Amino acid sequence: MAFKSEELAKAYWRDNISLVLKLLAVWFIVSYGFGIILVDWLNQFTFFGFKLGFWFAQQGSIITFVILIFVYVKRMAALDNKYEVHEE
Amino acid sequence: MDIQTLTFIIVGLTFALYIAIAIWSRAGSTSDFYVASGGVHPVMNGMATAADWMSAASFISMAGIIAFAGYDGSVYLMGWTGGYVLLALCLAPYLRKFGKFTVPDFIGDRYYSQTARTIAVICAILISFTYIAGQMRGVGVVFSRFLEVDIATGVFIGAVIVFFYTVLGGMKGITYTQVAQYCVLAFAYIVPAVFISIYMTGHVLPQTGFGATIAEGVAGEGTYLLDRLDGLSAELGLAAYTSGIKSKIDVFAITCALMVGTAGLPHVIVRFFTVPKVRDARLSAGWALVFISVVYLTAPSIAGFAKVNLINTVNGPDLQGVEYEAAPDWVKNWEKTGLIAWEDKNEDGKMFYSGDERNEMTVDRDIMVLANPEIADLPAWVVALVAAGGVAAALSTSAGLLLVISTSISHDLLKRTLTPNITDKQELLWARVAAAVAIALSTWFGINPPGFVAQVVAFAFGLAAASFFPAIILGIFYKKMNSQGAIAGMLVGIVFTLAYIIYFKFVNPAANNADNWLFGISPEGIGTIGMLLNFIVSYVVHKMTGDAPQDTQDLVESIRYPRGAGGATH
Repeated sequence: MAFKSEELAKAYWRDNISLVLKLLAVWFIVSYGFGIILVDWLNQFTFFGFKLGFWFAQQGSIITFVILIFVYVKRMAALDNKYEVHEE
Repeated sequence: MDIQTLTFIIVGLTFALYIAIAIWSRAGSTSDFYVASGGVHPVMNGMATAADWMSAASFISMAGIIAFAGYDGSVYLMGWTGGYVLLALCLAPYLRKFGKFTVPDFIGDRYYSQTARTIAVICAILISFTYIAGQMRGVGVVFSRFLEVDIATGVFIGAVIVFFYTVLGGMKGITYTQVAQYCVLAFAYIVPAVFISIYMTGHVLPQTGFGATIAEGVAGEGTYLLDRLDGLSAELGLAAYTSGIKSKIDVFAITCALMVGTAGLPHVIVRFFTVPKVRDARLSAGWALVFISVVYLTAPSIAGFAKVNLINTVNGPDLQGVEYEAAPDWVKNWEKTGLIAWEDKNEDGKMFYSGDERNEMTVDRDIMVLANPEIADLPAWVVALVAAGGVAAALSTSAGLLLVISTSISHDLLKRTLTPNITDKQELLWARVAAAVAIALSTWFGINPPGFVAQVVAFAFGLAAASFFPAIILGIFYKKMNSQGAIAGMLVGIVFTLAYIIYFKFVNPAANNADNWLFGISPEGIGTIGMLLNFIVSYVVHKMTGDAPQDTQDLVESIRYPRGAGGATH
């Protein structure tokens, strides 16, 4: 066991899950929400020559995905350090 | 120099490069062969993953599909990128910490069951084979057009090259070759897009050009490109470009099946075993998506430009049709390959493309990327470059898939199941033999495609979504999940998905429409339902059969934090 106590192990996992769920919520809202479910409504707005819903479906969601992963990498590294389970 | 000679030179040069890399980085051990000894830098691994991921289908067909489907084509853009978020957040770091070579390794060890391992091996081989036959076909198509050899010869040349560096180099050789292939394919994809964007809109970046107004001297100047597309579509009886015709639930289900399937494909997952650390596994998923996005953000722009260009060329700026006699060379060049055809229905000697009874053109979607440089009248070296890019895309994906097949046989089937006593050397030999047999088989499929191969490729995602993804997710995030639950779930998921696809695609294709589909979900999207069924069945069976043993639960605990991750081992 790399953790000093059972409680710390649980706390680390809880923080991890909560971070993943938050990021997946954004992932879902941008792609399935803006790109699919709300696409018709969003299409009434224009964004640099694109209909907004269409833009989310063909460009915006992909850009968001990239950002999400790098946010995750950074936040997880901080979490690993905090609980001292990072790699030597 | 003519296009032919230039193509020979550019494709020949890239081949020489790939082979040189393979010789330089040949594998000496099973660990080199399977996972490059876990020593690949995350940026390099990201690039290799991107090349592995982007197949001939991505390179050649995707922009074409979007050009014809408009908004509905978004399912591929979101589906084939969103899966990397799932990979990075939910799979890659934990599987890396687990530290084995293959997906069946994880399933077999996590669920302490040879039955589970065997089912996983069968799924991995099934998924990879359906995929690879399509790749070899892609190589054949590209060669037959650009080198003017017949498709069989084209497939054969491709097979020899892939054989050489997969069998020699294993994962180590493949990884570094794929880095080179990524550079070739991305460059080949973007250069024509930039040229066309400048010509159509004056924007250097195709991504912004896509949303810009049409430049002076091009039909429809001053209007937004996308408005022009919608306007043309309406006039020609086509569905509006920026809104689709597929039902919302179907778009939702297909996107989900593609995303989850991406995260469940064995040749993608295995890439994250090749980096030294857990942190690198997370990072490498991020870099992979960056490199994939470079191409995937360009694809919708190419689609838009190509569609407008095609309509302008065929129907003329005044939409009255263009005299066949006056048609540009590319129309006649591509007519020879059968990818474009003109039938003068009203006998006026003019070509006309539309979505209604006035239509006289049959246009294959693959033409959009392959002929794009010619349509936009770009220099011959750009045309040759696109050929090299298409070949790079097909070769890199074939090599990755071949490795999964050969590893499944030598490692999962022989070493872990049938003959556990073989030495490292013998196992490596078997891996090479298996790769050779797999290449021979897929070459045969590429030359004699049973009609269904091309159609089945897209369904590999549904199968991966319905089989591997839930088993791996539950294996990591639900430590009490037992072998009975996982086995039942995988079987129900894959059998249901396979049965639904086979029924609508092969048994009763006439019934393949929204009225007969379950919840209005097409066979392309049914993997989503298969995945849900897998989760439900796993949970219910687990509840009836008790928790996983304590040592398995401890194992799951230990993969949940990065400290102590060693190199991948047996």
